[in-house]
Amino acid sequence: MQPLRSLGGGAVAASVLVLGIVVAFAVGRFPVSLADIVVALWSRATGVPSGLSPAVEAVVFQIRGPRVLAALACGAALAVAGAAFQGLFRNPLVSPDILGASSGAALGAVLAILLSFGIFGIQAAAFAGGLLAVAAVYAVGSTIRSGDPILTLVLTGVVLGSLLGAGVGLVKVLADPYNQLPAMTFWLLGSLSATSPADLVPLIAPVVLGALVLIALRWRMNALSLPEEEARALGLPTGLLRVAIIAAGTLTTAASVAAAGIIGWVGLVVPHLARFLVGPDFGRLIPASALLGGGYLLLIDTLARTLGPVEVPLGILTAVIGTPFFIWLLASSRGGWS
Amino acid sequence: MARGIDRRLALGTLAAGLAAPALGRTPFVVDGAGRQVPIPARVARVFPAGPPAAILLYTLAPDLLIGWPRANRPEEREFLLPEVGSRPEVGRITGRGNTANLELVLALKPDLIVDSGSVRRTFAELADRVQGQTGIPYALLDGRFEATAGSLVTLGQLTGRDERSRHLATWCDETMKTLLSRIDGVPAERRPRVYYARGPRGLETGLAGSINVETVEFLGAVNVARDGVGGGLAQVSLEQVLAWNPEVIVTIDQTFAANVRSDPAWRGVKAVADGRVHLSPKLPFGWVDFPPSVNRMAGLWWLAKILYPALVPEDIRALTRDFYTLFYHVTPGDAQIDRVLKGRD
Repeated sequence: MQPLRSLGGGAVAASVLVLGIVVAFAVGRFPVSLADIVVALWSRATGVPSGLSPAVEAVVFQIRGPRVLAALACGAALAVAGAAFQGLFRNPLVSPDILGASSGAALGAVLAILLSFGIFGIQAAAFAGGLLAVAAVYAVGSTIRSGDPILTLVLTGVVLGSLLGAGVGLVKVLADPYNQLPAMTFWLLGSLSATSPADLVPLIAPVVLGALVLIALRWRMNALSLPEEEARALGLPTGLLRVAIIAAGTLTTAASVAAAGIIGWVGLVVPHLARFLVGPDFGRLIPASALLGGGYLLLIDTLARTLGPVEVPLGILTAVIGTPFFIWLLASSRGGWS
Repeated sequence: MARGIDRRLALGTLAAGLAAPALGRTPFVVDGAGRQVPIPARVARVFPAGPPAAILLYTLAPDLLIGWPRANRPEEREFLLPEVGSRPEVGRITGRGNTANLELVLALKPDLIVDSGSVRRTFAELADRVQGQTGIPYALLDGRFEATAGSLVTLGQLTGRDERSRHLATWCDETMKTLLSRIDGVPAERRPRVYYARGPRGLETGLAGSINVETVEFLGAVNVARDGVGGGLAQVSLEQVLAWNPEVIVTIDQTFAANVRSDPAWRGVKAVADGRVHLSPKLPFGWVDFPPSVNRMAGLWWLAKILYPALVPEDIRALTRDFYTLFYHVTPGDAQIDRVLKGRD
């Protein structure tokens, strides 16, 4: 582990990311050469007509470009939230949906599909569902005043999350099997295939806001891994800190799920990979998770849209790639979690 | 072709049904899955196991329909017989995902249960099981588009409505034959390349061979989404649609149809640039895709006119009126036909 860290894990993460962006822009189902992409970008920057066909322009600015940015944002969102929550709950198996953000978003989205909402209605309902679910988990968890507050919160999240999952199942039973049910299935498996430029602001704004909060709090997160009494003895307002981390992580997760559907594994696997590269110090772990998460999901999404004419749902790819990778990571970084 | 086989199957079924009493056994018909279904002595109430069966039954014998798998919305009821279109929701029997409780089915006292759709083993065994549990004859009809006429005939035999069922089946047969004979001479390279768009962004599509594109493929058009895995619905990217560059887009989504012309990302697609994006009518039931039943027959003329405008001079409004009168038992007025043809809800 040490040699990698001394090489500068952050630099490794950043260069993987840059490489990922170049590759993602250069490949796709519609043939566009790297030169055309440079011409298109140059023309957009300088206002000089590019002379490219409208289809090429559309691919660069309307389809592939927004999708690359959305993949970066969603990956970063899930990974920083995962890293923060793993620290907060002092548990390496935690992912950003531990407090019900994904199941709440899923219920919001399938309800919106059932009620025939438009695209933004579905995304708004998913976003609101994610935030509401976590708020409910937090409210219920903090009224229970027995035992370890963190364990209580996690258990409440698991229980309410599974209730929300049952709600999703109920909505699917009620859905029209020819139209709404396939739409729900696609949404629940996660995809960025329909990303348009208009999706970027509602995705990126909450992700940046949440990530900035987590980055600002990254040094204090180290103290949270200490036992509660020790952290308090250091003068840390642990309760307030916890609320801020949960709010920021939920914001990034809900925005990502609203834009791309349910994408598992990224928030669980990437923080471990980041820890492998830069070590357990949250000061470096949070920014590294953001970089790696963005790069990782960008890579997965590039695969999703280039493997065949039909999109492979992201949730399936992240699981198929994430599982063996996670097992390898567990085997090779024994003791890395501390 | 498959239709010939269906007709032979239908005739064979008829023969079997007529021959049976001579053997001193209950008369039966052979359903779409090859199962022998006893013909009930008296049929007054029929339970539809899903929307396709409900529509088939409604067109043939609306009086027998106990209720609908899903209640019709007011805008749909407008195109149905008032006393039948408003019958209650009774759920559906679809394998493990039942919403109709078998006890409820029994309480409704049907003389016959009819399902239409896949006739594969899963569904044939489900039919056997329900028939065994309830003691009510359960017919599983072949839901493929090409089997529509044959399924109507089988249902006619089961419900004692042979004459009307043959009349409707003949209408279907003749429509299919007429259109096929006109298209026959179109060389392969002149066949339109079609993208079938679903979902508000138009990025869900039916892969070649899927039930969702049966009508498009029946008319000899080339479904551009042909090299995917399997034959169901799939998600594709707009980039892929640009690469396919279809000449015609058929969609069932109003949002997509309304937005696609002003969306800069779609401007590069030939069908959009040429103004050949067509929103399918959907009242009271969809014209091209869902539910997959006899309602798709209404869309066949409409679709043929879109795909081969020169070969289909018929007035689609008159055809719509005739189809609705014959199959749906209501004659829509001009304003109603306008609304139907616009593809609005």
